[in-house]
Amino acid sequence: MTGVEGYMYPNEITLYWSVLIVLYPYITGLVAGAFILASLERVFRVEAVRPTYRLALLTALAFLLDAPLPLQLHLGHPERSPEMYFTPHSTSAMAMFGYVYLWYLMAVLVFEIWLDYRRDIVLMSQQSKGLLRWVYKVMTLGSSNISERSLAIDEKVGWIVTLVGIPSAFLLHGYVGFIFGSIKANPWWSSPLMPVVFIFSAMVSGIAAVMLLYMALTKLRKQTIDMRCVDAIAMYMFYIFIVDFSLEMLDLVHRIYEADESFRSLNFMVHTKLYFSQIVVQILLGTLVPLALLFLTQVVKLQEIVRKRLYVISGALALIGIFAMRWNVVIGGQLFSKSFLGYTTYKMALATREGLLAAIALTILPFLFLWVLVKLLPPWDQKTTHAPAAGD
Amino acid sequence: MNITRRQLLILLPAAAVAWESVLAATPESSPNYNMTDHWWGMLIDIPKCIGCGNCVRACATENDVPEGHFRTWVERYHVSDWNLTNPEVISPDGGKEGFPAVKDDPDGKYFFVPKLCNQCADSPCTQVCPVGATFISPDGVVLIDQKYCLGCAYCVQACPYGCRYIHPEKKVADKCTLCYHRITKGLTTACCENCPTGARQLVDLKNPKDPIHEFLKTHSVQVLKPQMATGAKVFYNALDGSVR
Amino acid sequence: MSVFKDAGHLFRFAGLFVIAFIVFLVIRGYVVPKTFGKYGHYRAAAIGEIAAHPIKYAGHQACESCHTDIVTVKQKGMHAHVNCEACHGALAAHANDPTSVQPAKLDTATLCIRCHSASAARPKDFPQVDAAEHSNGVPCETCHNPHSPAIDAGGAK
Repeated sequence: MTGVEGYMYPNEITLYWSVLIVLYPYITGLVAGAFILASLERVFRVEAVRPTYRLALLTALAFLLDAPLPLQLHLGHPERSPEMYFTPHSTSAMAMFGYVYLWYLMAVLVFEIWLDYRRDIVLMSQQSKGLLRWVYKVMTLGSSNISERSLAIDEKVGWIVTLVGIPSAFLLHGYVGFIFGSIKANPWWSSPLMPVVFIFSAMVSGIAAVMLLYMALTKLRKQTIDMRCVDAIAMYMFYIFIVDFSLEMLDLVHRIYEADESFRSLNFMVHTKLYFSQIVVQILLGTLVPLALLFLTQVVKLQEIVRKRLYVISGALALIGIFAMRWNVVIGGQLFSKSFLGYTTYKMALATREGLLAAIALTILPFLFLWVLVKLLPPWDQKTTHAPAAGD
Repeated sequence: MNITRRQLLILLPAAAVAWESVLAATPESSPNYNMTDHWWGMLIDIPKCIGCGNCVRACATENDVPEGHFRTWVERYHVSDWNLTNPEVISPDGGKEGFPAVKDDPDGKYFFVPKLCNQCADSPCTQVCPVGATFISPDGVVLIDQKYCLGCAYCVQACPYGCRYIHPEKKVADKCTLCYHRITKGLTTACCENCPTGARQLVDLKNPKDPIHEFLKTHSVQVLKPQMATGAKVFYNALDGSVR
Repeated sequence: MSVFKDAGHLFRFAGLFVIAFIVFLVIRGYVVPKTFGKYGHYRAAAIGEIAAHPIKYAGHQACESCHTDIVTVKQKGMHAHVNCEACHGALAAHANDPTSVQPAKLDTATLCIRCHSASAARPKDFPQVDAAEHSNGVPCETCHNPHSPAIDAGGAK
């Protein structure tokens, strides 16, 4: 049998969860992470990251709109996916996807964006011409009330929505971790740490993505990058990254120490089939190097230009590393036999429904969505900060 | 065979009538099959299996199993001395055409292990299905509603035994159904019917007259991966500790 | 009710949810299969659909109801519990309409070898031979009656 070493159960030889299933948690991770960055300002009043608030929300929305697409391409019968809404199986973590997604999209993200932009939407519905005017008019839901009081109400409600949004974001991405973590049949996946690791690495990736987008778009607009903002973002990214790395190391050390029946097989897999993607890309280049660079920026006083370069490099490496983490979990979990006696190979197709080209297209698509969103709802030139929450 | 023309004229319609009544029954509406009277499983007698692969071929024929995918398969183990943790296992094309001959090993042993869906009473595969397309029937058979299945393959990942696959044409999950279409009509499964040595036997745990009850009292029996607590209902007589 | 005066837009947004929920419930009423949930979280009608799959192997009782002469030979021999279709292949079509489908002539060269070729992997007490040594290419049925193959038990030809 080509590509098989040792013994695999006959039905295990083909991988059923492809690169698209690697992409899906990566995308929802970016959504959750971007939202957490936005909530840093809105709920935790980290005023420094204010310039990225609106951009973070739009980024989250752009990626969230893209998120169901890898799943649809993967399903044998995508036309039956509404069944998850009509007859969700309460014992299945995957069944909650439909509702969690819808909740997060409408009751958190769209609601929060709408509340924050409502004044601009109403103004633009009055100032625009043609088709665009109608788009904005629909978005106002027919209400043109932007009085001081209505905006104050929006402010308070928006605070509550963000507060609720934080656990919602954790649920949106954490459930994916639980999908893997709750499978007792697969020892590479089965772990209570899985949802936690997913969430923390998601936060790193989302924050890195917004930071890079902010820096890139600001440069494209020929404006000055707010260094106080970027420094703050990098600091949060650094600390969350340390927690993420610690959790992953805890999992590793625990596995090596306990050395249960799966250990020999998994250990061999990491040293051979997953060596490049796990040791080199995920751990070395994707975690240790960015951590070291960020550490440097935290302890040494560096010039602005140097800091910028280090942030870009660490952000980019972190994004690659966290993609590699998803790859190592999803693909890695299918490369070894549940008999612990063999390994198979992932033959990624190029131009099929679940091939590399589809994955690349689905990675580029959210940036197109973001471009439309940024044009429709410009996130720049925010003069006012958010008022403190009521009761403070 | 020597049948007279007269005998044939009598036997033909009798056979047809008998066959029709067998085919007509559906489990819910049949007067002779009551789902709650049965709790199906299987007994596999390892020392009897000769690795002929008849079961694999019969299953593929009976159930139109696609090439390269297996509702049942046979593994051959080669265990050396006390090394139970590292057996040599092969299953060439699932054992469909049998196994290559081997010379005797003075320090080790060989044996065959037929495998299939374990029809788990606490099945992890039905637990994870997001829409309810796979389920355990009231008579204990884990089935797939292929008109409802999304083809997400979560159940395939959740099965500890590797007995599920995605049908390459239908794009839905597929697996051994314990020949549900046969057992509900008083027949046995295709694999059991075609096993020449009686290594595979269908059992009805709810039937007090089923020989399984006596067998369980007098033999050492195991299920695969008992630590997974799946409530597996395929019982193996004399299963070696090296079996994965 | 002045608290609601400047919150009208929120009610409009909430209204969207209410409408969507109602539409969802209506669609769900039509779309969910009627037998869903009868025995558990699945479409109960699937059980009957699966049970109605076509049968390919008739089962030995069907064969024995007509071929009684073979039964008398077989039941006393070593192949008493080897079912007919294990060698003759799937013959439900023949059982259903004997004249329409005739069982194929069997090739003992491959058929008997499948079970009886010698291999250390098989149980020690199982009858097995090295074909070349044993018969040197002579077809098995020359000496063995497939329905009662043991030679010294009177099954020889």
